Amino acid sequence: MSDYTPTEIMTVVAARALSSKDVCFVGIGAPSAACNLARLTHAPGITLIYESGTIDTKPEVLPLSIGDGELCETALTTVSVPEMFRYWLQGGRITVGFLGGAQIDRFANLNTTVVGPYDHPKVRLPGGGGAPEIATNCGEIFITMALSPRAFVEKLPFITSLGHGTGPGSRAALGVTTKGPTRVITDMCVMEPDPESRELTVVSLHPGVTADQVKEACGWPLKFAADLKETPAPTAEEIKVLRELQERTRLKHGGKQGEAA
Amino acid sequence: MAEFLSLADAVAANVRDGDLVAMEGFTHLIPYAAGHEVIRQKRKHLTLVRMTPDIIYDQLIGVGAVDKLIFSWGGNPGVGSLHRMRDAVEKGWPVPLAVEEHSHAAMANAYEAGAANLPFAVLRGYKGVDLPKVNPNIRSVTCPYTGEVLATVPAIRPDVTIIHAQRADRRGNVLLEGIVGVQKEAVLAAKRSIVTVEEIVDDLAAPSPNSVVLPSWTVGAIAAVPGGAYPSYAHGYYPRANDFYKAWDAIARERDSFNAWIEENVMARTADDFAVHASRAA
Repeated sequence: MSDYTPTEIMTVVAARALSSKDVCFVGIGAPSAACNLARLTHAPGITLIYESGTIDTKPEVLPLSIGDGELCETALTTVSVPEMFRYWLQGGRITVGFLGGAQIDRFANLNTTVVGPYDHPKVRLPGGGGAPEIATNCGEIFITMALSPRAFVEKLPFITSLGHGTGPGSRAALGVTTKGPTRVITDMCVMEPDPESRELTVVSLHPGVTADQVKEACGWPLKFAADLKETPAPTAEEIKVLRELQERTRLKHGGKQGEAA
Repeated sequence: MAEFLSLADAVAANVRDGDLVAMEGFTHLIPYAAGHEVIRQKRKHLTLVRMTPDIIYDQLIGVGAVDKLIFSWGGNPGVGSLHRMRDAVEKGWPVPLAVEEHSHAAMANAYEAGAANLPFAVLRGYKGVDLPKVNPNIRSVTCPYTGEVLATVPAIRPDVTIIHAQRADRRGNVLLEGIVGVQKEAVLAAKRSIVTVEEIVDDLAAPSPNSVVLPSWTVGAIAAVPGGAYPSYAHGYYPRANDFYKAWDAIARERDSFNAWIEENVMARTADDFAVHASRAA
């Protein structure tokens, strides 16, 4: 199977990170496609939760917004937003938070707030939404973002949600007991925090992608794991299920392919 | 007891220049018709509070009705930026917009604290992030039992909260269902409230003994505005107009196209024009 786009392999590899045992808080952006692909392929038992209050939702199509009616209609139950953040997220019931972002640094801290000074921003981004507390209250965090020098930056202008802070011990010093980001899935490679330095390190390259290409696309001098692997290519079945999901979504929304939010 | 009014009268009586106004609804049941009425009545110097400023706040900001925005996620979900909000923040057009920015968890807790008549909310949040550096309202308290340091934010106590709901009965009891967001908390936290509804019925027909119902004596004014949540949606009535949310990106991108849209679709219209969007799911 070589007939897939970089975005498709990113979604497929992100989906593979999840299992049927997970209770997953689905963040706004690219994560929604990955989480639902996991549910429709190898992880049928996964519990997907959206911050709109929908618990164990099984949407037929990807929602455009995290509060689409589809999510509520296919959910086991829908709770209020204060209950969602207090009992379910802060209560420690969520095993995995799946986040996207506009910018990330080498310690997997994320920015979705501003580019430039906060008071006079060059670009005003949407803001944190649920992310600041998702990042510290879920058991662990997966992140999916396309790799580019503008997104993977040497220094974030603003820290919207905490990754590994400034390195080893940062989370513990803040009293945070959860694992934080354990995997970053891009359209070119997969990164994981180095066990010692906590710095994001490439652990696998997607088929046909070279280490030089990945270095070129990253804003900091990127390190590679000693046992660097090749990401297993998407199977025909994974691509088929993803494309069907996005086609259903396109028909329902009358828009471009499977954008989730 | 709730008073049944036209939307124009409800807004005239309850929304004043300079008020702290909450229009809530998490993607669902967003009170668009009421927002348009506030624009038509030319309210000024409002402080708007809302977890997810959506197109409705982009419109209020774009006409210059807003001095300050308290929020936690400001975008057009799945589409992109709110261009009028960005123009006000980045360029001060048509008037400068001050922002007080939180996380969703903090906003939800702050509404709940308001409903509970507490001065502030406590949460395990804002750890290791920059928002507390730019928002002096994010503070902390030490737990008197464990010594844990927890984040605090002031309770949200709106002068007026405006929501849309599925229906009210003739006594003024209000039913909400589906994604209920923070609407109950936002109404109970407010000094005054306006609820627009799809319909007014003899029997509320609450689907469960645990349905979300705001009793008549907790609600200020009720106005029947069928279709009043469009282009948002009303669970059990009509779906979200995702096409409009996508189309808004081009409308709002330029000041001229935005102004023309407001003239044609807000200033030259009335709340009754929302009825064309109303329908009841079979």
